[in-house]
Amino acid sequence: MKNSVGREIPAEALAVELKNGRKYEPYQGKGYRDGKYIKKAGPTSRIYQKPIESKILPSIRDAVIACGIKDGMTVSFHHHFRNGDYIVNMVMKEIVNLGIKDITIAASSLGDAHDPIAEYIEQGIVTGIQTSGIRGKMGDVVSHGKLKTPAILRSHGGRVRAIEEGDVHIDVAFIGAPTADEYGNARALGGKGDCGVLSYAVVDSEYADKVVVITDTLVEYPNFPPSIHGVNVDYVVKVDEIGNPKKIASAAARMTQNPRDLMMAENTAKIIAATPWFKDGFSFQTGAGGPSLAVNRFLEPLMDAKGIKMAWAIGGITAAICDLQRKGKVGKIIDVQDFDTGAIEDIRTNPNHFEMTASEYANPANKGAFVNKLDFVVLAALEVDIDFNVNVITGSDGVLRGAPGGHPDTAEGAKCCVIVTPLTRGRMATICEHVVTVTTPGDCVDVVVTDYGTAVNPNRKDIIEALDAAGIKHVPIKELQEKAYSLVGRPDDLQWKDKVVAILEARDGTILDVVKEIKPYEI
Amino acid sequence: MELKAVGTAGTLESSDVMITLEPTTSGGIDLTLESSVINQYGRQIKAEVLASLERLGVKNAKVIVNDHGALDCTIKARVECAYYRACQCDMDGKFDWGGVIR
Repeated sequence: MKNSVGREIPAEALAVELKNGRKYEPYQGKGYRDGKYIKKAGPTSRIYQKPIESKILPSIRDAVIACGIKDGMTVSFHHHFRNGDYIVNMVMKEIVNLGIKDITIAASSLGDAHDPIAEYIEQGIVTGIQTSGIRGKMGDVVSHGKLKTPAILRSHGGRVRAIEEGDVHIDVAFIGAPTADEYGNARALGGKGDCGVLSYAVVDSEYADKVVVITDTLVEYPNFPPSIHGVNVDYVVKVDEIGNPKKIASAAARMTQNPRDLMMAENTAKIIAATPWFKDGFSFQTGAGGPSLAVNRFLEPLMDAKGIKMAWAIGGITAAICDLQRKGKVGKIIDVQDFDTGAIEDIRTNPNHFEMTASEYANPANKGAFVNKLDFVVLAALEVDIDFNVNVITGSDGVLRGAPGGHPDTAEGAKCCVIVTPLTRGRMATICEHVVTVTTPGDCVDVVVTDYGTAVNPNRKDIIEALDAAGIKHVPIKELQEKAYSLVGRPDDLQWKDKVVAILEARDGTILDVVKEIKPYEI
Repeated sequence: MELKAVGTAGTLESSDVMITLEPTTSGGIDLTLESSVINQYGRQIKAEVLASLERLGVKNAKVIVNDHGALDCTIKARVECAYYRACQCDMDGKFDWGGVIR
């Protein structure tokens, strides 16, 4: 069955069973589930009526045993420690050592730090993966069909919806925390490896049957105000290190000096400034990639020229937006993840820099997340096709190596979604006829800025009029694709086997696309 | 001209290709191809290398192509350069521009 972005969704994918019995549907277009109702799932939670002094257990192994983890269960993790994370590997090692198998990992994201999990997949111990990001060895083994069930890939907002709706049920959540007290009140500041916020883990703490907080810095009770509330926590474990602090918080991303990136960033800022939403009190999100980040720098003089300020900025926060706020040009920063030490330092001291939950950020099924009020979002892409569909998950070889993250959430929510990407990367045409995998549907993407020109989604007549009025040149996206192919040649289609290795869920829980097992290339 | 020794041209940098030609006496062209973009461009790279060798009149050779996303123009230039190096001939600047050299 073909979905509304023209992707064939095999029966095998539509038949994948969700925990709550909900049936998968193909993607039906933007806003499809608006106005419908969901019954939220609830955890089975132990009563702690008799006072105990402490929930601390001596080791992760003890916590695994105390939680009663059995074959076939689902365990969850968050990705605030990014590539510095030790938690996933430490916990999985204990689960495997106890001989438990048929485990599903439901993480907010996974990365290169989790290469050891690839081996558990090959051994058939880990049989399910639900995540936003999948990279490195894990991406490789899943792409080669080694995971028993298709991986389910969701956006950050889509994950919260799936947990709240009961598509996935978390038996045990393991939440790494920079600090915690003996009752499990956990914070992301004041420890050895601070990550600033614990936004993605909040839904896990509220919807998992058992919750374990793992920290390397125990602090005096009560550890307030907490990101993860002790009332939701069963056990606390102290370990030597939750992660590598240098990789948990990297130094501020260097502002790009690449003239191509700077040109695209400047053009993006001009486009933003030409739209009707660029007025006092506007809201904004940008990614941490080179050209996206550089947009901050070019936006500032345009704001000054018009005498306007930004009311709020959201998203993965970087030092760049914190600097802009320090100059008095941004009202509030609402933070779901910190990308650098500058952002972490800022939330420690700045009363107008707030932590929010992943649900508040991007959940399509709550009563209105921040993304629904967002004016502009500037995003990157691996590929964009002539229908404005974006791919951020599969490489040109068809192997999983990315993460939808907040891309589809912000793109659908924002009034104006701008994708910034060079026309080609090496021999790869970024603007192509058909993306390998649709991760953000074209009906949510409004403007594409490349080094060879700008294209506006023909559905957005309002933006086209605004750009025309401002004298900003734009071309049909087909022209950009033809230009790209004239430079690098027309790529051959990738060759796939029949087996579905991953399901790309739209944020509303319909199926946007599938990834099949890659067929080795023979010349 | 005949291939006399191993001739190499190009680098392993991104957007370049390293071509190695090794003379053989029979067996035609023995091509080994590695590429960072093999799934989408492997067929075109192979065709470009074989067409260039044919133009240069190379009938028998062991050819190793290590590609990191080079464009067709680069592939041609590297094959041609590897060829002249393998022939070990001093052309004294009199290359066949626009002829076998495209």
